Amino acid sequence: MTSFPKDLLYTNDHEWLRAAGSAWRVGITQFAVDQLGDITIVELPREGDLVTKGQRFGTIESVKSVSELYAPVSGKVTAVNATLKDSPEQVNDEPYGAGWMIELEPTEKSELSELLSPDAYAQHVAE
Amino acid sequence: MERKRTPLWQVHKQLGARLIDFGGWDMPVSYPAGTIKEHKAVRESVGLFDVSHMGEAVLRGPRVREAVERLTTNAVASAPAGKAVYTLLCRPDGGVIDDCIFYKRSDEEFFVIVNASNTAKDLEWFRDQTHSLCEIDDVSDYTALIAVQGPKAVALVDQLAGGAVAGLPSFGFTNAEIAGVECLVARTGYTGEDGFELACLGDGAEPLWAALMENLPPGGLPIGLGARDTLRLESRLPLYGNDLDDEHTPLEAGLGWAVKLDREFIGVAALREQKQRGLTRQLAGFKIAEDARAIARHGYAVVDRSLGTGEAQVIGTVTSGGPGICVGGSIGLAYVPVARARPGTELTIDCRGKDIPATVVAGKFYKRT
Repeated sequence: MTSFPKDLLYTNDHEWLRAAGSAWRVGITQFAVDQLGDITIVELPREGDLVTKGQRFGTIESVKSVSELYAPVSGKVTAVNATLKDSPEQVNDEPYGAGWMIELEPTEKSELSELLSPDAYAQHVAE
Repeated sequence: MERKRTPLWQVHKQLGARLIDFGGWDMPVSYPAGTIKEHKAVRESVGLFDVSHMGEAVLRGPRVREAVERLTTNAVASAPAGKAVYTLLCRPDGGVIDDCIFYKRSDEEFFVIVNASNTAKDLEWFRDQTHSLCEIDDVSDYTALIAVQGPKAVALVDQLAGGAVAGLPSFGFTNAEIAGVECLVARTGYTGEDGFELACLGDGAEPLWAALMENLPPGGLPIGLGARDTLRLESRLPLYGNDLDDEHTPLEAGLGWAVKLDREFIGVAALREQKQRGLTRQLAGFKIAEDARAIARHGYAVVDRSLGTGEAQVIGTVTSGGPGICVGGSIGLAYVPVARARPGTELTIDCRGKDIPATVVAGKFYKRT
């Protein structure tokens, strides 16, 4: 079974979240990256935008396909990784580091409890 | 259904390839280097492709030339022995059944390589249309095919052939032993680069691949279907099922050079008539600027919003699209009205709800230097 960083929380849509002060940094997992192949375009919201859990907040295009990014929790976008505009390959190279996408300030704290633990996510991927 | 495997399936697994379902075949879409690096490796050095999923057949008999004459739009039957010819197979209405390469071995024998997904359809068509004029052997199941493409491809293969193949002209072919494996060696490809396609018996595929890998020059890589697609698009080579189908003719697809209208073949009357009437739509190449950060993909609509009704009119359809890995921005092909197919024309493509400007360009997106 593939292992995933223990200090992160996950969603069924193959996103990860890491606490960053009062906000949460969001990216996609190595599993998602492996499925997508080389990423060529990352389209992200603007700082200050509001997103709703489960709703589309961005798009990732790889050489072969288009995939939507779904908000892991509802909240306000407090930071956007602007370097992905010119260097989308960072998502392939460092999905848990330089390839992060946005930071969210959650508006519904209770939604955080619905995120998956590393073990639960690994289980989900294995299924 | 169990996916079919080529004789190199185990090798791809060992190389860490990502395997996908491609028309019922379990095929490598990319290796760990990834599509972009693989694409560049073929442009700068050399790439190895397992394309054993392609279909192959042998047509033979004293009257095989008559049969081939009927099936093909290009001058295949009259070609000299040892020559490979790209051709279309057309229906009576001019719609394209497939595009393929015929290899003329002699006046009594032709080898043909067809698209994997069309193999059954094509062979049925051959049998229906040739009326026992020739014997048709489907050899797909025991034929492996490895493409070696890129500026360093010729030296790599020639070294393993004891210097026997570097002199082959473009679209020439011969039988030769490569690393001890008996092959049909053709100076052909689907990348826009120089190189060879090597057909051999299935059990020769592993030793042949191993010898090529062992002698791979710096920068060389195994290449998946992902890069095969971006390479062929950059060189503006059509893909059946995307840019070619039975609803479009070769003339509309810009393949008039492979249609010899002074010959008699299935579909010629419809094509002559279309040529005389003039085309109404045409496959156009387009470029999208880097800063638009968009890829117009297969099926997206080409729209016209100048009609003032507020409603967009769909004037065409994108058939292929992808990143222009060696030319920047993104590139694609679309069927559009002839008046919109002129180089320099600005098109608008609906990319998932967003209007993206594109410019029609003539010829290949990438030209080898």
